[in-house]
Order: sequence, then C-alpha cells, then structure tokens
Amino acid sequence: MSMTITEKILARAASKKCLGPGDNVWVEVDILLTHDVCGPGTIGVFQREFGRQARVWNREGVVIIPDHYIFTADQKAHRNVDTLREFVKEQKLPHYYDVGTPDYKGVCHVALPEGGHVRPGEVILGTDSHTCTHGAFGAFATGIGNTDAGFVMGTGKLLLKVPKTLRFRLEGEMPSYLMAKDLILKVIGDIGFDGASYCAMEFCGSAIRSLSMEERMTICNMAIEAGGKNGVIEPDEKTFEYVRSRTNKPFEPVYSDAGAGVETERVYDVSQIEPCVAEPHVPSNHALARERRSVKLDRAYIGSCTGGKLTDFLAAARLLKGKRVTIPTFLVPATVEVAEGLSRELVNGKSLVEVFAEAGCEDIAPPSCAACLGGPADTFGRTKGSEVVISTTNRNFLGRMGSKQSRIYLASPYTAAASAVAGHIADPRDYL
Amino acid sequence: MKTIRGKVYVVRDDIDTDQIIPAQYLNLVPTIPEEYAKLGTYALCGLPDGSAPFVKPGAPKAEYTILVAGRNFGCGSSREHAPIALGAAGIRAMVAESYARIFFRNVVATGEFYPFEVAERLCERFATGDEGEIDPTAGTIANLTAGKTFAMKPLGAVAPVVEAGGLFAYARRAGMIK
Repeated sequence: MSMTITEKILARAASKKCLGPGDNVWVEVDILLTHDVCGPGTIGVFQREFGRQARVWNREGVVIIPDHYIFTADQKAHRNVDTLREFVKEQKLPHYYDVGTPDYKGVCHVALPEGGHVRPGEVILGTDSHTCTHGAFGAFATGIGNTDAGFVMGTGKLLLKVPKTLRFRLEGEMPSYLMAKDLILKVIGDIGFDGASYCAMEFCGSAIRSLSMEERMTICNMAIEAGGKNGVIEPDEKTFEYVRSRTNKPFEPVYSDAGAGVETERVYDVSQIEPCVAEPHVPSNHALARERRSVKLDRAYIGSCTGGKLTDFLAAARLLKGKRVTIPTFLVPATVEVAEGLSRELVNGKSLVEVFAEAGCEDIAPPSCAACLGGPADTFGRTKGSEVVISTTNRNFLGRMGSKQSRIYLASPYTAAASAVAGHIADPRDYL
Repeated sequence: MKTIRGKVYVVRDDIDTDQIIPAQYLNLVPTIPEEYAKLGTYALCGLPDGSAPFVKPGAPKAEYTILVAGRNFGCGSSREHAPIALGAAGIRAMVAESYARIFFRNVVATGEFYPFEVAERLCERFATGDEGEIDPTAGTIANLTAGKTFAMKPLGAVAPVVEAGGLFAYARRAGMIK
C-alpha cells in the first residue's frame, strides 16, 4: 500500500507495515520538547501520575528549552524556570538550555534544530502548538498538551490518530520580493483558519525545494494556523546538510510513495503570488500588501519562531539599508545563534546590527518569545493600548500581543520592513 | 454518564486559546491546586470587550455549567490551561459545531468536561443565560428556556477516554500503564 511521508513515519513509529488516515495507533516518540510555560505543568502531571521517584522514559529524548517568559520580573515566571532546573537536576537530563548560562538558546522551535534534536523520519511531540515547525526537516512533529506530554514523559508513547494529507504543490521560481511567509499566508487564506483541521499539510514542488531550511521552517510553523496537525516537507540534500552539521546521530529519511493517496492537492505558481498581510484577528484574513496602503501603523515587530530567524533579519536588513524607519521597530532574534549572526553577517559591508541602528530601529532585544504572545506586563514590545502593529509573528488573535485594543497585521520580514519605513502597510517591491 | 443541567454561556466561531486564557496568565501552573482555581477566574476573560463576563469580577467561578460554541472552538495554542480554566470555572460540558484539534485532545486527556459536537448551529439557538440540559445517554441537549431539544453527535473513539475520566485513567483501565 502506498503511503504519504506522514503515514510512513507514523507506521514506522507504530511498528506497523501500513496504516491509513483515521487509524488510531500507539507511536514511539523520539523527542519530547517542553518549555517554561508548559514544562512545570507537564512535570506536575508526570510526578502526580507516575510518582515522585519515577524516571523519564529516555533521558536523551527529553529536551527542555525555556524561552517564553525569560526577561521579566514576574516571580511566577522565575519560579517556573526553577521548577525546570530542579527537575533537570533530579532526572540528570542532558538537554536543558538554562536561562542565564552559556547554554541558553532562546525560542524553542529555532533552538531545537540548532541543537541537533530534529532529524528526518523521527516523531517529535512538543507542548507548544508550533512544534509543527519541525516537519520542515521531514519529521512528524505536532503540539500536545501537558497531560499528553506527562504521559509521553513516563512511557515514551502516545496514541495518535493518523491524519489525512492535504498536499500543497508550490511550483516555479521564487520572485526576489517574496518570502516563505507570503506563501503560507496565501495558503491559509485560501483554505481558511480551520481548513486543515486534523490534517497533515504536505508541502512540495520546485519552489519549496528552492527554499532554505529556515524558510521551510516558516512554512511548516504556520500549519497550525490552518488547524493542521502537522506540516511536512520531504527531506533533501539541504536538510541532510543542516542536520549533519548539528548532530552525529544517525537517521533514516522517509519520503512519500509515488501514488500515495492524499485528500486534496492544490497547485500554486509562486510567480503569481504577491506580498501580503493577514489582517486582524485571524491568520486567514489574507490581503495584498499593495491594497492595504491606507492602513497606518504605530509599530513594526520582527521576531519569533516564525519571523525571527537569521534569514528573516537578513531580508529586513536588505530592505532597510540606507533607509530610516518612521515608526518604532522592535527586533527580537529568536535565538542566541541568530543574535550572533546579526553581528557577523554583512549587507553592503555593514553588519545587520549596524544597518538596523542606522535605520533607527529600537535596540535589539535578547532572544526569547517576547511580545509574540503578549506575556507578563513587562515583556519587551508588548502592546499596551490601541497600537496597530505589523509583525513577522504567526498569530494576530485578539489581544495576542498584550492589549485587546491593539490590531496586528502579519507579514513577511520584507513587508514588515517596508511598512516600517513607510509608516503604513507597504509593498516591499516599492522599496527593494 | 449523568444528565448535566445548568446555565448556558454562548460564544460563536473561532474562539482562540488567547481569548479562553490570555498568555499573561500562563505563568500559573495547572497542577498546583490554588493556581488551578485561579485559572478558572480568568476563563474567557480574553473575549472582546462588551461580551457578558463569563466569570463575574471577584467571583471564584462562573455561574454557567454548559458552554455552547460555533465552529473551530479552541484554535491556536496547545496550552492545556485553556480547557483547565473552563473546567476550573465550573464548565461540565460544552457543545460546539467543531473544535480545534489540540484543544479537543486536551479536553479529552484532562477529563475536565465533555466535549460534544452538534451538526446544528446551536450558538444561534441558545442565548447566554438560558437553562440547558444535556442527556449524554440520549445524546441530546435541550434549551429548557426555549423548549427545544437538539441531537448531539456520538463522542465516538474518544468516548471511553472521556468516560474513564481522562488519558491516565483510560490507560490504566486498558492496562497500558500501572
């Protein structure tokens, strides 16, 4: 029986020759990811159900990356990181990226592959809905809650329903002004906020293959914004090069069988896709940037697992070099590695740090999730009033960045940077 | 499963997890009893301004027992704080046209309340404050205020997990774990 990449990964993890959409199977989990917001609750469930003396199923399989509420005076946030620290010590967990130490990384979905914990063909479950990011590496990856995660922590297994696959074939050469964010916002706009509910979103085609690993991560990161269970891209030489540069662990890549049945297949010619925004308050509110020039902005925000990677800042810097922003522009690199890249990478002989300073951006913040999800009152970049924000993040929900009165427009780093210069929503083609 | 009767709170489509429990309260840890209770006091406080308060200011819980919603309830984050906040506020069952996947799974895994689905657009057949009654055995929800009864979909594959009281109880019953 022909199977899709998602079905094949789950079949192998369930030790089954074949399976199909709708089957409920117990799968062996390779990696369980958690962070400071859901880690303490997961640990609480694990200890309550398995006992204080219980040990995690596999110390190598648990990866804990504090990233959400890091640079805050909030006492409970500090207590939560202490809870992680104590658990890691008790369980002697080798993969913990502690705050305030040289191990600290930042946003878990960028840090996890950086740390070599994402490998093709594996099953990755995380207590964060954007765990679907890791499908960019040809893995099965999805978000789960604390109770499921507590169960995985103790058993290494979870009962999963095999999703139907929706295939998205993106063909053609990427125009120079277009980014992965434009592609995924277009797809979500077409299928709707719950258009992939319970389904795997498989992305393929020449345009997808041409994307860097970071851009592929942006695509898979937002599968959840259409309700998808996982986003996935078949691995290739780019994938292997990235993974091998991060880990020596062996892996077995998996590919969709020719003729594997999918629920639907949509084909796009990327040369026809234009820079866009998602208007408040759902990511499926797709609109072309050039048709929203009348929207005045108070703030631009470049950061998060979706839009705070090195590729994202390089794009913003290419647009901002020699120009000035006209609205406060907040920059939050996803990880320490990305932040280091901002000093190292050059655009026209100047480092990204210099380009951003000369363009009049706010001082670059230390890596964390920051205002992507609001957070404690003292979170960097958190909205407090009726700010209209253009942001490279993944969610424009009501109140998402802090204030219920503020309005968030999602966009690519190019579009966000062009809009920061214009002071209103702008099409990057007018500025590049 | 027993009959569930009480006041109904009504929301419409695409209620995301940030509206159910805004991110600033995610510093609360659901497995700590006083923080579990605290989460309940913030349930649905992220709804648009002008919505009827789900939990009255200063009240320990909501006066509602049943939540009725439209499509795609619980979309967004995997935060288990969302079903927990609703359960801690006193919700014992909810009925929606559809749920976002992770939220639905978290409701089932925690055993906080029953997540029923209906084909009918019940958010237009109920008003906040109506008296509702769910008969899980008959698979119906009644609007006692309006005098109308509607059929619910069977819980299906998740029924045994919900009936057992959540993932761990189910796994113990099935012999998966001790």
